[in-house]
Amino acid sequence: MTMFRMTLIAGALLAAGAVQAADVNTINGAGATFPYPIYAKWAEAYNKATGVKLNYQSIGSGGGVKQIVAKTVDFGASDDALPPEKLAEHGLTQFPSVMGAVVPVVNLPGLEANQMKLDPEVLADIYLGKIIKWNDPKIAALNPGLSLPDKLISVVRRSDGSGTTAVFTNYLAKVSPEWKEKVGEGKAVNWPVGMGGKGNEGVASYVKQIEGAIGYVESAYAKQNKLATVQMKNKAGNYVSVSAKSTAAAAATADWKSATDFYLWLTDAPGAEAWPISNQTNILVYKEPQDCARTEAVLKFFDWAWKNGGAMAEELDYVPLPKELVEQIEASWKANIKCDGVAAIVK
Amino acid sequence: MSLERSLRGLALGDFAFRAITLLFAFLVLLLLAGIIIMLVQGAMPAFKAFGWDFITNETWDPVRDDYGAWAPIVGTVVAALIAMLIGLPLSFGISIFITEMAPQWLKRPVGTAVELLAAVPSIIYGMWGLFFFAPFFAKHVQPLLVASLGDVPLLGALFQMPITGGSSGVSVLTAGIVLAIMIVPFMAAVMRDVFEVVPSVLRESAYGMGATTWEVIRNVVLPYTKVGVVGGIMLGLGRALGETMAVTFVIGNASKLPTSLLEPGNTIAAKLANEFNEADGLQMDALIAMGLILFAITFVVLLLSKLLLMRLTLTQEGQKT
Repeated sequence: MTMFRMTLIAGALLAAGAVQAADVNTINGAGATFPYPIYAKWAEAYNKATGVKLNYQSIGSGGGVKQIVAKTVDFGASDDALPPEKLAEHGLTQFPSVMGAVVPVVNLPGLEANQMKLDPEVLADIYLGKIIKWNDPKIAALNPGLSLPDKLISVVRRSDGSGTTAVFTNYLAKVSPEWKEKVGEGKAVNWPVGMGGKGNEGVASYVKQIEGAIGYVESAYAKQNKLATVQMKNKAGNYVSVSAKSTAAAAATADWKSATDFYLWLTDAPGAEAWPISNQTNILVYKEPQDCARTEAVLKFFDWAWKNGGAMAEELDYVPLPKELVEQIEASWKANIKCDGVAAIVK
Repeated sequence: MSLERSLRGLALGDFAFRAITLLFAFLVLLLLAGIIIMLVQGAMPAFKAFGWDFITNETWDPVRDDYGAWAPIVGTVVAALIAMLIGLPLSFGISIFITEMAPQWLKRPVGTAVELLAAVPSIIYGMWGLFFFAPFFAKHVQPLLVASLGDVPLLGALFQMPITGGSSGVSVLTAGIVLAIMIVPFMAAVMRDVFEVVPSVLRESAYGMGATTWEVIRNVVLPYTKVGVVGGIMLGLGRALGETMAVTFVIGNASKLPTSLLEPGNTIAAKLANEFNEADGLQMDALIAMGLILFAITFVVLLLSKLLLMRLTLTQEGQKT
């Protein structure tokens, strides 16, 4: 009996200890769905390596911002970077965690991946509804080797609000003045033509089914669904196909140094090899966190992930951050986040 | 003495039971009031910004913060109408067949199949619609419709080949048909149940007087069960108006007003499901305002059905006297 009671007390003490130490046992995050698979993979490996758990709810970028502003999580995650003014308003700072690429995909009989070439104007014209057939002279001019069918183009886009759409429309707004004026950019826009699929998987399944369809998806979905990706003409004037290398090239040529809070769009990057519709997904934390230890645990997790998780990211078709960028991010922590322990993380 | 006590105990139990059920009933009212208040409150900013134009405006432009609900309202009503046009005769036929005409050995399997269909989750119908029915529709049904009805004056406008997504089969009509398939089991199950409560005496008397099966159905079964039948129809219509997942898969989620039934469109419920996650500010208010409109549409439909019932009862009583 006394034995039992003692165990109980010991258990209670242990539990109390666990509560106190909870800040290093579990990290809570919420937000973007796009990076969820890689966060989950990193979390599993990190848990094995350090015993710290990451609890990530993929509720969407908008939800991630709401949750971190409401202080219900240790970090928020958002696909679209928040402008510095909005970050300052809530005392937040932001850094990229991993990169991806959005890629136009096409379904035409016999067309293989990266056989078709498109330039920004033609892509914008298709999504504006100005080019409605695949054998349009403008498309044919870019693809002299392809026999293009006399078929209507079925334009597919996202029906839900999404970071993927934000990146895609940001790119179109950058390269096409007409798109910028008529449609604009955002997580959801007033599409001139086409039909909407829910989620990347919805768009992928429409494109897969509809002969003559064009859509845009995160590159991982193009690969999983074996969709024919398109070569895009980038800012330097070269045709590039989507890959980890061309996405990394976009990140390497971006001017991160003059971007406050890493607020920057990777779209239409200047590099010769750069994939023009690349994007980074972002993490939001407080500059002066109420609980320093918890924010510190978040930073430690990403520091670990960047150093050890590159291969895991590539396996899942994400693109790890270039080394120089990681150094810049960790330097920004030192400058921005007011926590004693942070300096210790950045070696 | 002990009898009195036990009686008092019973009275107490009665009172407690009454109080508890009353509480439950009020809970429903409270919940309804809460939902209405929330919806109105959330919708206010949108109605303030756009006024009544919100209902008739076709645009939905999150970039410029210009919102109107007209396209989804039309889509909701049209898809539900198509579903009723197809679903009502079908479910009526099924239930009449099961209760009045089917041989005993067939009654159970058909009845069970209907009930099973009613239990299939809507996302399954959506995926079936997207992966199987829509391509089938595009390949076989759509060209037939365009060729046969496309040239008919007036009606033909509804059956024009869509410019975008022609070969996808994703359209308002597809959504209506999938909805019909979804609501048929519901309506058929309810109708079968109400047809079965018609006392055999009534039925047999009519047959005894030499009535045909049709006359029995028309003059005995239907008048006896009309409240239940209308209830079943309303249940189906309610589901057709509010269905979300299945519709969003097959309607194409276009924010424009469709010009033909074969064009992609949108419904209020599908739009809410698609955009709620990432919406904020005025867009969120506009979405909630659309929720309120859907609520109003459902309410009006319910009201109309009550009026219809009242009229039916009145005319019947008029016939008796």
